[in-house]
Amino acid sequence: MNKINSKIPEGLLAEKWTNYKNHQKLVNPANKRRLDIIVVGTGLAGASAAASLGELGFNVLNFCIQDSPRRAHSIAAQGGINAAKNYPNDGDSVYRLFYDTIKGGDYRAREGNVYRLAEVSNSIIDQCVAQGVPFAREYGGLLDNRSFGGAQVSRTFYARGQTGQQLLLGAYSALSRAVHRKQVKLYTRYEMVDLVIIDGRARGIIARNLVTGKLERFAAHAVVIASGGYGNTFFLSTNAMTSNGSAAWQCYKKGAYFANPCMTQIHPTCIPVHGEFQSKLTLMSESLRNDGRIWVPKKLEDAKAIREGKLRPTDIKEEDRDYYLERRYPAFGNLVPRDVASRAAKERCDAGYGVGNTGLAVYLDFAEAIGRLGRDVVEARYGNLFQMYEKIVDDNPYETPMMIYPAIHYTMGGIWVDYELMTSVPGLFAIGEANFSDHGANRLGASALMQGLADGYFILPYTIQNYLADQINVLRFKTDTPEFEQAEKEIKDRIDRLMNIKGTHSVDHIHKELGHIMWDFVGMGRDAEGLKQAIEKLKELKKDFWTNLRIPGNKETLNVELEKALRLADFIEIGELMAHDALDREESCGGHFRVEHQTSEGEALRHDEQFAYVSCWEYQGEDKAPEMYKEPLNYEFVVRQQRNYKS
Amino acid sequence: MDKDINIKVKVWRQNGPKEKGHFETYSLEKISQGSSFLEMLDILNEQLINEGKDPVVFDHDCREGICGMCSLYINGHPHGPDRGITTCQLHMRRFNDGDTITVEPWRSAGFPIIKDLIVDRTAFDKIIQAGGYVSVNTGGIPDANAIPIPRDDAEMAMDAAACIGCGACVAACKNGSAMLFVSAKVSQLALLPQGRVEAARRAKSMVAKMDELGFGNCTNTGACEVECPKNISITNIARLNREFLKAKFRD
Repeated sequence: MNKINSKIPEGLLAEKWTNYKNHQKLVNPANKRRLDIIVVGTGLAGASAAASLGELGFNVLNFCIQDSPRRAHSIAAQGGINAAKNYPNDGDSVYRLFYDTIKGGDYRAREGNVYRLAEVSNSIIDQCVAQGVPFAREYGGLLDNRSFGGAQVSRTFYARGQTGQQLLLGAYSALSRAVHRKQVKLYTRYEMVDLVIIDGRARGIIARNLVTGKLERFAAHAVVIASGGYGNTFFLSTNAMTSNGSAAWQCYKKGAYFANPCMTQIHPTCIPVHGEFQSKLTLMSESLRNDGRIWVPKKLEDAKAIREGKLRPTDIKEEDRDYYLERRYPAFGNLVPRDVASRAAKERCDAGYGVGNTGLAVYLDFAEAIGRLGRDVVEARYGNLFQMYEKIVDDNPYETPMMIYPAIHYTMGGIWVDYELMTSVPGLFAIGEANFSDHGANRLGASALMQGLADGYFILPYTIQNYLADQINVLRFKTDTPEFEQAEKEIKDRIDRLMNIKGTHSVDHIHKELGHIMWDFVGMGRDAEGLKQAIEKLKELKKDFWTNLRIPGNKETLNVELEKALRLADFIEIGELMAHDALDREESCGGHFRVEHQTSEGEALRHDEQFAYVSCWEYQGEDKAPEMYKEPLNYEFVVRQQRNYKS
Repeated sequence: MDKDINIKVKVWRQNGPKEKGHFETYSLEKISQGSSFLEMLDILNEQLINEGKDPVVFDHDCREGICGMCSLYINGHPHGPDRGITTCQLHMRRFNDGDTITVEPWRSAGFPIIKDLIVDRTAFDKIIQAGGYVSVNTGGIPDANAIPIPRDDAEMAMDAAACIGCGACVAACKNGSAMLFVSAKVSQLALLPQGRVEAARRAKSMVAKMDELGFGNCTNTGACEVECPKNISITNIARLNREFLKAKFRD
């Protein structure tokens, strides 16, 4: 237990971050020039960190797997970014943003971290406006806010339905300026394939040049991982196709603890799966639930007739419809949090009331809203989303109800970090979705953008100096040391092993299998029996992968199948750890729902006295069970309560 | 209603930047019209891998029309025959049973081919690096509401900022000009008070970098606007020209 030191500063909540900054060590400008920092990833966290560290005078090497830093998947975030500005004068404050985030996370996040996040949130908005991010504005010229799930105030800043895009392009522009000023060197189409540790400290990475296929070595005084989440373990998710957990997994295998791996977020409003060939799932903004009513047929025979195409949803009479969220949660209705809405949809579909040809869909109906507000108003609010839906499904949501179903969207778990965002490996840092720190067991809407930019602009540039201040006498590393040799040899052997399997299954074929196992057993509803089965099935799948995989072409060239295979090998192992963690956590909290632990009304039931901790997993070696340490979550300032959305 | 269709795809195959490329035609059966264009290519690749052949490589990532990674020149149009969408948002219901679909990479001096359908678009990053930003450091910024910005200006800036940097404008242009891309960034920042300070310098340095990297001149054919998946308007090019001229007069 005492292996875990989260380094939360002493003092009152509101004083912790100030105290830390007042007493941390700094690096003087002349010494900054002599220190190299590797940043892996160019999303909101990575780009903002690389730009900010470069501006400070550090020598930054920034890597991304796409052709440009601007492609990172932060770009796809739609809704907005939270901040405690209180511009609408509706009673918001840093404390309220902190409290809502802690409560939304079902009391499984650290108080100190979350308070700091709320504290710096306002600076993020200032920074982005200065960069020229075109946030929505009122006619008076000031910034507009909208409301979002899990809050009683309007604190969400937005740029149409493309907030993530605009914030990422803001960070990308800052990064581009730093590249122009030679503060950052950019490596695009490069993928980190291993972490290099020298004398117990992170000192570099091995990266594969995705165009030439060559392995290259990079040394630095510190390494920052900003490579996002591992949602694609499920194959189908709202993540981008190349989003992966491999950089994080390499860190885990080199000694960094992996925290709360089972905590994944399932978003309730995605377009349902339509066929075997499907490659990804598309999210429809949560805002649709403000006006749409969710229902399934009341009668099993009606649901069956719809699935067989004999009835259309508009044929079902009002009294034969079950608006199950309004029925179960009268106070919040269709606006319950993401985890609650997702589980309720699954419950109805499992009971046989699902619609669509697969039976895995529910209706999101705007007929009532169109009647109440008029089609024009609905179009002004949601027109772009309706159009997007129609492009994909070829059905007009103004006339027939939309079909939706939950999908994997975000991973709250990730690399364990302390208050300084440093992992359990000295000199290795993790920021953004890649770390586990701020969202507990469930993330609120519009908080991911806030966390990514908070880490990159305003937290890491401070905390990393506390580490680097002790490194100023360490000379630049050569990359011909035995440690680099060894790391490169290991990954070279791994690639050779993959190329030599010469089996019969494509990477996608096996990845889809993995997705089915994860969704069926480690998805929205989990139980001990299923999780044990999943662990067995994953073992077999791993064997299948290493005996039956087929990768065409050769390794020393652009080889997309090899890239995917390297990522899938890690996804399978991540899946195993997720299942272990889910089995271990015998309670329900936020996105982690254990069927055995629910209230008489079917709600998540936490066991605070036993499970108010962060599970920190340490790798013990191939085919050995990982060891788990507990970081207790002692709440000094907030009283834990059962979440209630009924009354 | 979506049906299953049988199609042929005629795809550009090229092993490397210096190698000679050629078209290869593949037959695909029972493709659901409900699948996306890129899912159709996934199916083709699965078929090729099962036959022990090299899959076709193409750029793609978010598959929801926002990252700008996907490209493809489909039947003579960047991002295919549909308007206002990217290739990843194109669905097979736009095609009929028995069709032969021609798929090529972006073709432009500014975007050399890396392999098959993948081209090198780092030139766009270099243009942005030349000046596509407001020169502010992290921190020390006044309150976000310190400068009111007229709503219409913010909306126009947002229209320009919607550019996803995919390069369709360059691919569509007979001169291989990057003017729509450059003008979108110059406009976004010129329309906002934060960006006005450096507007002249920005326009000059971005245009100079664009010329240096081998992109052609704009002759106002308007093809870029028609093919742009985000409907970026060529009025941005007029604004860029104004900013550029103002900057020159000041010299």
